[in-house]
Amino acid sequence: MTRRLELALLLGPALVLFVGFVLAPIGVAAYYSLYDWQGFGSLTDFVGLGNYWDVLGGAVFQSAVQHNLVIVVLSLVVQLPISVGIALLLNRKLRGRSALRLVVFAPYVLSEATTAVIWLLILQPGGFVDQALSSFGLHGLIRQWLADPKVVLLTLFVVITWKYIGFGIILLLAGLQGIPTELREAAALDGASAWQATRQVVLPLLGPTIRIWIFLSVIGSLQVFDVVWIMTLGGPANASTTMATYLIDHGFKRYEFGYGSAVAVVLFIICFAFALLYQRFALRRDTEGALR
Amino acid sequence: MRTTAPDIIRRRNSLRPLGYLAALLVVGVTVVPLLFVVIGGFRTTAQVNAAPVGWPSPWVVDNYLAILGASTFWRFLWNSAVIAVIATALAVGCGAMAGFALSRYRFRGREALYGLFTVGLLFPLAVASLPLYLQLRQIGLLENPLGVAIPEAAFSLPVTILILRPFMLEIPQEVEDAATLDGASRLGFFWRILLPLSMPALSTVTVLAFVTSWNAYLLPLLVFNDQSHFTLPLGVATFQSQYSQDTARILAFTTLSMVPALGVFVLAERRIVGGLSGSVKG
Repeated sequence: MTRRLELALLLGPALVLFVGFVLAPIGVAAYYSLYDWQGFGSLTDFVGLGNYWDVLGGAVFQSAVQHNLVIVVLSLVVQLPISVGIALLLNRKLRGRSALRLVVFAPYVLSEATTAVIWLLILQPGGFVDQALSSFGLHGLIRQWLADPKVVLLTLFVVITWKYIGFGIILLLAGLQGIPTELREAAALDGASAWQATRQVVLPLLGPTIRIWIFLSVIGSLQVFDVVWIMTLGGPANASTTMATYLIDHGFKRYEFGYGSAVAVVLFIICFAFALLYQRFALRRDTEGALR
Repeated sequence: MRTTAPDIIRRRNSLRPLGYLAALLVVGVTVVPLLFVVIGGFRTTAQVNAAPVGWPSPWVVDNYLAILGASTFWRFLWNSAVIAVIATALAVGCGAMAGFALSRYRFRGREALYGLFTVGLLFPLAVASLPLYLQLRQIGLLENPLGVAIPEAAFSLPVTILILRPFMLEIPQEVEDAATLDGASRLGFFWRILLPLSMPALSTVTVLAFVTSWNAYLLPLLVFNDQSHFTLPLGVATFQSQYSQDTARILAFTTLSMVPALGVFVLAERRIVGGLSGSVKG
């Protein structure tokens, strides 16, 4: 009997916190999403799945999904190869490697807000970036980084990359350190070139780390909010709206709580579906997945 | 022809200059924006406007002194610290107790419960934000540090439990048996033996929870309207839009707001890096 009491005592606080402030709000969001509701008064205007049709059929939300997907794809195509390449190069006995690790990782510990403000400052029209480009004779490359609808998403991607790439590099370096150097040497003794050894011995062994990185990167890209909100508010003309900024915009700026909740549920389902599928098909091979 | 050991060494060395080049590039891209902000804080707005790329001439410390001399920056700092300490204490305290129950007790549904907590990793705060906001309004926690700290602790629980439980599972049963023989109750074992033994994992989750809270933006944005309650990230973003004409001052303010995070990071780099790479490896 005391054992039960102990268990209740030990698990109680965590459960209250977790259910009360994580699970319940998400469940309640699903409930709100069925109503047309402004956040005040009682829920009377039941619209069923109406909000969902509006969300999924809306042009702005569709473009928000597209923007998230662009960031997902760019991360995989641009960040991943760069991270792996840099990690491979840094995985040698370079002088000052620990200092280097510190520097590479520094942006990751800055808050998203600070990062966004730093980049707002250096991207000001005629500011640091523009002047640096023209002093290299690259006038032609100067754009309205945050005001041109065609460029803004790429600019934000660069900022996001700056902030998060260090995390990927550190993760991959940790993975590389788990691979014994003897394997590489054995491959070399068998006549493999450095490239072949990397390609056929090191990269496959790095697989689990890369798969975790992909998982975290995709989930992060689907949920990106802070940097976009501070730098552009999703603008100009919704050119950089993401699912999360769309949600906050409709929920808190326009008080469309029912509609905003439907957006939240859709965002959640997308992340959850990705996690399940990824877990099923990609992470299954790894003995210890993050979500096991 | 046989490849000899010196060949291999030569081959590996031939890539070394490339390694240094990559390192230099990475450091440059990372550091230049930071340096621009830090050094720009020592210039006047007129200097920055006249030549965005450039050294201070002369160096001025007025921007920094003005910010350090006024109360705004310190208030943001204090608010961030209060919230982060409460959120961390709650997350680590509740997480350690739950981790203990989930690792050293056997009961029905234990794995399911652990699974439930770990699935929480997937719940972004944004998804819960609307109901959470209404809930906080209802219990009167808007404009209250607890209104930020409590939900932050709740959202930090999954990663805390995910790191603590495996660690506590690996502490051998013999240790617990010995403690029981010496007359310790289960809770006594938890408090006097398991927690001290779990210090490495505990310090990792402490740092993680603290950094998460310290950097949080969305929740403080929703909960606080009154500037005197703002945390540092919220303050930096607001300061930037309020003083948009005074670039040098924003640069100095942004620099000062980076100092605590970078300082803690330099001191606790191993914990943070180890914790993050450890946590994703399960």
